[in-house]
Formats: sequence, structure tokens, C-alpha cells
Amino acid sequence: MYWKDEIETISRSDLEKLQLERLKTSLETAVRSSFYSQRFAETHVDISKIKTLDHIRDLPFTTKHDLRLSYPDGMMSVPREKVVRLHASSGTTGKSTVIFYTKNDIEAWADVVCRGMFSAGMRSSDIFQNMMGYGLFTGGLGLHYGAERLGCLVIPSATGNSPKQIELMQDFGSTIMHITPSYALHLGETVQKEMGIDPRDLSVKKAILGAEPYSEGTRDKIEQLWGVDAYNNYGLSEMNGPGVALECIYKNGMHCAEDYYIAEIIDPETCEPVQEGEIGELVLTHINREAMPMIRYRTRDLTRFIPGPCECGRTLRRLDRMTGRTDDMLIISGVNVFPSQIEGVLMGVPEVGNNYQIVIDRESNLDRLHVRVELYAKMFTGEVKELEKLKAHITNKLKSVIVVTPRIEFCEPGALPASVGKAIRVIDNRKI
Amino acid sequence: MAYQVSVFAENKPGKIERVTTILAAKAINILAITISDAGDYGIIKLLLNNPEEGADALKNAGLPASLKEVVAVKVPDKPGGLAGIAQMLHLKGINVEDAYGFITDKGHEAIFVFQVQNVSHVESIIRSEGITVVSDRELYMI
Repeated sequence: MYWKDEIETISRSDLEKLQLERLKTSLETAVRSSFYSQRFAETHVDISKIKTLDHIRDLPFTTKHDLRLSYPDGMMSVPREKVVRLHASSGTTGKSTVIFYTKNDIEAWADVVCRGMFSAGMRSSDIFQNMMGYGLFTGGLGLHYGAERLGCLVIPSATGNSPKQIELMQDFGSTIMHITPSYALHLGETVQKEMGIDPRDLSVKKAILGAEPYSEGTRDKIEQLWGVDAYNNYGLSEMNGPGVALECIYKNGMHCAEDYYIAEIIDPETCEPVQEGEIGELVLTHINREAMPMIRYRTRDLTRFIPGPCECGRTLRRLDRMTGRTDDMLIISGVNVFPSQIEGVLMGVPEVGNNYQIVIDRESNLDRLHVRVELYAKMFTGEVKELEKLKAHITNKLKSVIVVTPRIEFCEPGALPASVGKAIRVIDNRKI
Repeated sequence: MAYQVSVFAENKPGKIERVTTILAAKAINILAITISDAGDYGIIKLLLNNPEEGADALKNAGLPASLKEVVAVKVPDKPGGLAGIAQMLHLKGINVEDAYGFITDKGHEAIFVFQVQNVSHVESIIRSEGITVVSDRELYMI
């Protein structure tokens, strides 16, 4: 059973025809933005010469850096009046990277998400508890619209407040939850220990997991703990948000919505395509987008295409679980954080010395960010009160930039590895 | 007026040893020591016979250290000795932020050391009440 047979079981040759046609339209749209008109001119790209799908390799890449350079609206391809929404993720200089949507883009996104969730066995009779952040983050609203499109009863419970989440589950009989893997573990264990309820006795049958990297072992643990089937969901705000690829009931790789995105997997060093089935960096191109089509976007996520057909009969290719990143981006409680953002804040505080260390732990299944900073000896006043004020100041400043609330630890000068050479600035103790 | 040396220290084994060894190497004597604990770190507060030299020695060793004005008063070493002073501080509306004490002459005399916002103002109030404020020279002679 499919949501849209003509796409989900399309032959590869028909899909390629559709992709080429849509790619051309997408390029014509993109070039209306100031960013792409300039980029294509600089790189001597003539979009009328794109005649086959392989020609996509003649196009330049787009990076997160480009997004920042084009802040706030350099990549907007339609008049401002046509834009109905924006989402944003935090940025290294305090500026966010912003993504715009037209009414059609929101519709298309809902469609892709709806289709993916249907493939995971979700039906209109389901009660969908959406335990993801609403707001600038795409996770909450993305699946919210998709589930409404499917016809489910949507409970927009968002993140946190565990007792309330459980109360909603019990009172409304939620059958599907959308949740980060770490919160799924935390919530399940809280229910067991503090409320004396076996999560398996609750009504939840399926979990859609996303927004954080996690392992197959974690999936097993969540499935055992909750007595559910758990499905992987991949997306990134630059590519609308969640729904780029979602697992079907066979839970063996995520079917990529190839009628919306052209997915390439490249060697991050040479930028050449890898052999089918080999791991490389995922590069995505929007081919059904109005407000802000992005061309050959370097996701920095490492994955591979799973070769061969899927038991479900869908012909859309499957992406494997993301195995890592090509840059130093950290995902903490589902939020993207770059060490350079933390450094930027710390170096603006005169009481802080030159060295710092970022330590990420997982405590009762929740991510905990510790930032260890050296005190600058000359600014030391000798008072606990002053240091605590400084701690609160650094905490608030960091929170405003990276969204995550860090725990600050003060260290003596010289206690942390010096900045020269290969200082280990990030220690990730999470076992993913 | 007297000075106390405050030193930042991570809350880890060996930190007191490090501070006291630096002072010992300079032949500086410690009259009193107290630690304000703040979780992952603490501030070691020291009353030294040579606070300037002590603070410099600690700073030269790379430790965040600073000199802080404190009030030191003589109290009788007997039951109720401190209560008398405390009552006076209360009546005068003086708020004590941090304090410690030590005995200089058992059964006769002790020293009560405390931090306040405005040290010279508080000292003049105390003096007008007939209580002996110990000067730094007197204190360091002990």
C-alpha cells in the first residue's frame, strides 16, 4: 500500500526524466535569487546546457557558509510577498541560517512527510504525539503538517514536561510518537522509575526518531523499552526539514524522496561520486521548491545508498543511517552546535583565559554540555559571588547563541590543553 | 585594616597542598585558612603574615589570587565572647559576608575575621563601640 503509487513505485527511467525536468525548473527558479545569479555568473554556469542528470556535476556546490553569506534573503528566489514562513537554525556568528517557504513549499513538504510516515505504517486513525520542538526549529512543525495531511489526530505536545507527556498519552491513547532518541530513552525510564508505569503498557505502537545521530543499538533499546517499532527519519532545515528520507515498515534504510530531491553521494575530498553502496558525503539538490531552491547542498553528513530493491516495492533509493559528519558540527539535544560558536562567545568575555574545553556527556539519556573555561588570573576578584555572576553571564550568553544551556566549569589557568598545536577542545563522551 | 589572600582552586585533591607549598617555599606563615566551596571550584582564603608577598608568590605560580581587605577584631576567648560582638554588628546593621576566627591566647583572646562591604566605615563604627580592631601589623606579629 502506497500513498502515491505513481511516484513511490516509479521506474528509474521515468524518475530520471522527472528529475531532469524538475532540475531545469529548479535552476531557472534558483537563478532569480541574487546569490545564484552571482554564483552561476562567477562559475560560468549556463543552465540551458543542462541536458542530462549527469550534467548536475557541472554545477557548483552550495555550503552552509554560502547560506550565512547570503543572510538574510540572498537565496530567496521569489518576491517577498510569496513567502509565507521562515525557519532558522543557530549560526556561528550569532546570525542564523534562514530558510524560506512559499505556500506551495509548505504543501510539498507536508506531502513528502505524509508519504514517508504512511510508508512507516502510519494511518489516518492514528493519534500522533509530536514531542519535538516547535518554533524556528523545523522538527516540530514539519511532521505536524505531514501528520495532519495524513489525517491523524495531532497532539502538538512539543518537548519536555514528562508527566504531561505521559498524561496526554494515557488520556488520548497516542499510538505514534515523534521524539528524539535520547528523549525516548529518558522518558521511558522516567515512566518506569518515577511513575511506576511500564511504557509497554501505554498505547504507543510506533516511534519516529529523528534530529539526532544514534545507533542501531539505541533503536533496539527504544523498541524494547517502549514495545514499539521505531523508524529513522532524516532531514535538515536547509532541505525543508525532516522528511528528506524516511524508513518504511521494513526498517532497512530510509527511502529518499527523489521526486523532491536529487541525492548524490560524493567523496568529500575529491568531490567525485563514490561507487554505488560506498560511504560518502550526501549532497542534495531541491527539485520541487519555490522560495529557496538550493543546488548541490553539501550536507556534511556521511551515508551510503543501500544497493538493491526494498521488500516494500518502493523504487525510491534508500539512504543508510548517517554514520558521521565531515565537519566538527555537534548535535546536542537535537540542536546543531559548532565549537566555533562557543569559542566566539568565550573569547568575548574578558575574565576568561585563552583555553577552553567542550565536554558532552549523556546523563540519564539526556545530553549535557559542559564548557570548561580557564579563568584569566588578572581579572580574579577573590569572591565566589563574583564568579557565580560571571558563570551566569557566560551561561546566558552561550545559550542565546547555541540554544543549548551549558554547564560552565571554571578551571585554573594552565589546567586545560593549550591552544597551540592540536588541542583537544571537544570531548564527546556519548556512546552513540 | 588587614588583608586576606583569596586563591581560586578547582575542587580536586592536591589543591591545598599546591597553595601551601608555594607559601612554605617563601617562608610565609599561615595564621588562618578557610575555603568557600562553590561546587566545581572553591576559593581558599588565607590570613598570612606577609599577604603582599604571599599573593605575589601565588600569582607568579600561575594561580588566580587577589588581596582583599577584611576586618579583624579581638574577642575574649570565653563563652559568649563572639555573641557580644555579633550583637553589636546586628544593632549597627552590619552584614557579615564571610567570616572565620582563631585563638591567639587560649582562655584569654581570639581573633574574629570577617568580610564586609565597606571595611573602613565598619572599622570606625566598631572602634567607637570600644572594640579593638587589630591592625595588619599587629595581626602579622602574632
